[in-house]
Amino acid sequence: MNALNIQQGASSHSAYDLRDPNSQVEERHTLAVLVENEPGVLARVIGLFSGRGYNIDSLTVAEVDHTGHQSRITMVTSGTPAVIEQIKAQLGRIVPVHEVHDLTVEGASVERELGLFKVCGQGDKRVEALRIAEIFRANVVDSTLESFVFELVGTPSKLDAFADLMRPLGLKELARTGVAAIARGV
Amino acid sequence: MSRTMTGARMVVEALRDQGVDTVFGYPGGAVLPIYDELFQQNDITHVLVRHEQGAVHMAEGYARSTGKPGVVLVTSGPGATNAVTGLTDALMDSIPIIVLSGQVPTFLIGTDGFQEADTVGITRPCTKHNWLVRDTAKLSETIHKAFHVATSGRPGPVLVDIPKDVQFAEDEYRGLKQIEPARYQPARKGDVTAITQLAELIEKAERPILYTGGGVINSGPGASQLLRELADATNIPVTSTLMGLGAYPASGRNWIGMLGMHGLYEANLAMHDCDLMINIGARFDDRITGRVADFSPGSIKAHIDIDPSSINKVIHVDIAITGDVGHVLEDLLKIWKSRGRKTNSAAIGKWWEKIEGWKSKNCLAYKNSDTIIKPQYALQRLQALTADRDRYVTTEVGQHQMWAAQFLHFNEPNRWMTSGGLGTMGYGLPASVGVQMAHRDSLVINVAGEASWLMNMQEMGTAVQFRLPVKQFILNNERLGMVRQWQQLLHGERYSQSWSDSLPDFVKLAEAFGCKGAQVQDPKDLDDAIRQMIEYDGPFILDVLVEKHENCFPMIPSGKPHNEMLLGDASTEGAIQGAGAALV
Ligand SMILES: Cc1ncc(C[n+]2csc(CCOP(=O)(O)OP(=O)(O)O)c2C)c(N)n1
Ligand SMILES: [Mg+2]
Repeated sequence: MNALNIQQGASSHSAYDLRDPNSQVEERHTLAVLVENEPGVLARVIGLFSGRGYNIDSLTVAEVDHTGHQSRITMVTSGTPAVIEQIKAQLGRIVPVHEVHDLTVEGASVERELGLFKVCGQGDKRVEALRIAEIFRANVVDSTLESFVFELVGTPSKLDAFADLMRPLGLKELARTGVAAIARGV
Repeated sequence: MSRTMTGARMVVEALRDQGVDTVFGYPGGAVLPIYDELFQQNDITHVLVRHEQGAVHMAEGYARSTGKPGVVLVTSGPGATNAVTGLTDALMDSIPIIVLSGQVPTFLIGTDGFQEADTVGITRPCTKHNWLVRDTAKLSETIHKAFHVATSGRPGPVLVDIPKDVQFAEDEYRGLKQIEPARYQPARKGDVTAITQLAELIEKAERPILYTGGGVINSGPGASQLLRELADATNIPVTSTLMGLGAYPASGRNWIGMLGMHGLYEANLAMHDCDLMINIGARFDDRITGRVADFSPGSIKAHIDIDPSSINKVIHVDIAITGDVGHVLEDLLKIWKSRGRKTNSAAIGKWWEKIEGWKSKNCLAYKNSDTIIKPQYALQRLQALTADRDRYVTTEVGQHQMWAAQFLHFNEPNRWMTSGGLGTMGYGLPASVGVQMAHRDSLVINVAGEASWLMNMQEMGTAVQFRLPVKQFILNNERLGMVRQWQQLLHGERYSQSWSDSLPDFVKLAEAFGCKGAQVQDPKDLDDAIRQMIEYDGPFILDVLVEKHENCFPMIPSGKPHNEMLLGDASTEGAIQGAGAALV
């Protein structure tokens, strides 16, 4: 037995360390990564994930501060707690990465995604598609006699649910933006 | 004062501002303007290599033996792709290198122009950071930034790709004082609460060990000094990875030898049985941990590292201290002293008794011979005959490398240069050239295997041209020895492609390069041959014909825990099996 009596992870300040570091349970985390808006920075982030075998479930990127040359990458990734911590540490050491935030553990946050759904059909199916779209508060942004394009904003699971319902009603094409997320409050 | 100049001149100006005295490089179309500028100045020496891979390894040797960054200049396309192995090597071993590469002019980028390659794309995963400079106005600042990134935090290689039109165009040069402070500023000081906790643990520990690595050396000579002070004041045993040899002196009272796959029995068992493991600038590499699940099962682990991603990557630790080794050790010593310099000395005394017991196993013992030179014996004689010199050693990769680590002793940091993380055959000869460029009057020896040595042997030409008296100490077993050893242990003695066939006559080869060579095969002649090599005033190749089938022990077969180590007299049948067989 060890004569030294200290708590596991006693010195770390990360919220993650309150959980079992050896857990094998896969978790889904949403990360906000603020980066210098320079050429190749996205390739660097993606290369990190492919090179080290991490998962990317969703990724969005756009400039958020033109004068400050900052872009924000929102990514959804999954892995065991140890892998998630490693992903954050690896992202943090990329030279043009300014900040890494784990929105999943840093308190409440909101996540939204936009989807465009092309649904083709006639008769009852067409009516039913329109009815469900209303329930989901989706907008019709294009319409022909045989098709609709619905626009839906919501959480990824809301978009999943909408897609599942539209599939038997003639869902032909689907475009999703990936998740944008932000912490609640000030 | 505004200083307008061409991009090419800016390159030379920026190197001068950064205090660069040596550049290793090779010209070509896309860097001709820079070579033209180099021609017209005398502050910077350009070492013309024979292959760009050699240039990067030379820069690594220069950097590791001086603590200063190494600088490389190559042309576009093949010049840049030839640098990739060296960049990867420097990334794995955290060596600060700046590679400047030429590129086709900006208006040709993307057209598959002659000697165009996507250099920043190719080198992105093997550099710490890289830049393509599209505008001469940004060139000087980018080069200064490159030096900053390469040498700050965890050091590493960087690359600046410079299109030819950017080299010709004129703009204003910005010196070090005119550029904005870099945003990239890794923290150097460790968390005091965590350091205090570590000091408390040191007071109580019964079986502590200092597990040190290349981070101590990268942190600078001050860190090595502090490590010595800590070890000597607390009487804690010290082991080191391959990368950290010399940070704590091999002649020091607390030294228990290198650990790891071919590390010493006492070092590995002490790691396995300790109750407090203090990792200082090492990274729990798989060569060190063996089977992770059984790694030092009963210990509290503390980890000091400047790179947060190294902490909890492989082994989960209890005390994490992110910071520069030198700063953290300074704080640790201060706190430990202010708390009364306590240790559990009675328990540590018993711990040392246990370690002495393991030492008595004499794990490096081998059967010597009167008729054949054993590689271990050759290194023991090399050690004995060079111990009193200001000596730098580089190695190639293979059995000879491990024997060199076991049998040569290093009492100072920056004296031992070996390819640890990548294991690059062909590293040692160019590295020795780079070391000798920085230390013209010192004894520089490359301990080589015949197969590795051939991989970059063209650099003998560089050594001769620049009158660099590097000593090539080739342990010639006519085998890819390390491969042969694994085939013996793992693949039923089917020695597939592990012969060094059709070897050149190394003595004639030396003559052909315009230097001197000798061959030795009788143990009785060995000392004289080594003396001749050392005393010769120029580059020298000593071809030492050694036992062909010697195995390197101790060895922890991959996938095995530390306490299942193979020693020289052990049966090696079925030594690597099961899950271990899939490992490298
Ligand atoms: C560039 C490269 N290719 C292949 C290997 C795999 N490898 C590791 S050691 C070794 C044999 C080295 O032979 P030699 O240089 O003669 O050294 P010895 O083991 O015989 O001392 C090989 C092929 C490597 N490390 N590097
Ligand atoms: Mg060999």
